Amino acid sequence: MTTKRFFVAFLLVSLVLAGIVSFYASSSPDGLEKVAGDKGIAAEEKDHALGDGPLADYGVKGLDNERLSGGLSGVVGVGVTLLAGGGLFWALRRRAGAPDPS
Amino acid sequence: MPVSLAGGAIAVAGVAVALRGSRRELDERTALLAGLTAAFVFGAQMLNFPVAGGTSGHLLGGALAAILVGPWTGLLCVSVVLAVQALLFADGGLSALGVNIVLMAIVTVIVGYGVFRGLLRVLPKTRPSAVAASFAGALVSVPASAATFVLLYAVGGTADVPLGTVLSAMLGVHVLIGIGEALITAVTVSSVLAVRPDLVYGARDLARPLELRTSPVETS
Repeated sequence: MTTKRFFVAFLLVSLVLAGIVSFYASSSPDGLEKVAGDKGIAAEEKDHALGDGPLADYGVKGLDNERLSGGLSGVVGVGVTLLAGGGLFWALRRRAGAPDPS
Repeated sequence: MPVSLAGGAIAVAGVAVALRGSRRELDERTALLAGLTAAFVFGAQMLNFPVAGGTSGHLLGGALAAILVGPWTGLLCVSVVLAVQALLFADGGLSALGVNIVLMAIVTVIVGYGVFRGLLRVLPKTRPSAVAASFAGALVSVPASAATFVLLYAVGGTADVPLGTVLSAMLGVHVLIGIGEALITAVTVSSVLAVRPDLVYGARDLARPLELRTSPVETS
């Protein structure tokens, strides 16, 4: 498999997971949330400072269709993560021809 | 608050060291691969799977990212995911970002990648070994992260809860979640190994590139 083809496939898998499969994810509290709730730790929790953001809690504000709203927020998240991570790693990379810093 | 400050300080130090260390791991190709790995971890973290009694778990991804793109870069991948979740999706408090990076990026990478490399040192250098080692590393990384949470909680928790019950509850459920983490990690690592073994950082000494031989080959 060529590198380009592999990268495209890897991205497509991520988009499908975040955009489509995520709709079928369990909505039960995760391990930490559950224990924190059971043991009275969560009583200390506060609302999120950015809880009113347009993508808060993995939904697009104003979109009522749950499948669409959650899926779109997942796709946006994958895109933003790719740009943020890719940009950071691109800036950090060894330049061709530059000496190996190790 | 002091724990989130201390967590923040450890996270900043860890990320700073990782920023230096990752330069060794990143060239043009791996920079793209690492960006894609962060995006994959983001997507996979959305997939909560049921474990027991109204509880779910999701991938943390530290072991997976470290095996795919190297420990320093893997630590940064998960940190980027956690930052995006906190800033864009209101998932994980801003003041808790440092603690979250300590628990889900630093601890999972150290433990997950440490177990992975340790096992590969004693196992035969084959692909099935690498997949098995990735399973074990991911499996152990989740309860290790949960135990570290309890440690931080013991130091700075404000709710009055007996530590023993918090520890056993956290470890119990996170051993189960670790099995899910291990399955997702092993399936992903084995899939990449099947098509492009050269792209798996943690298994690069398994990949045997074709050798150019200049010595004559015996034919008789």
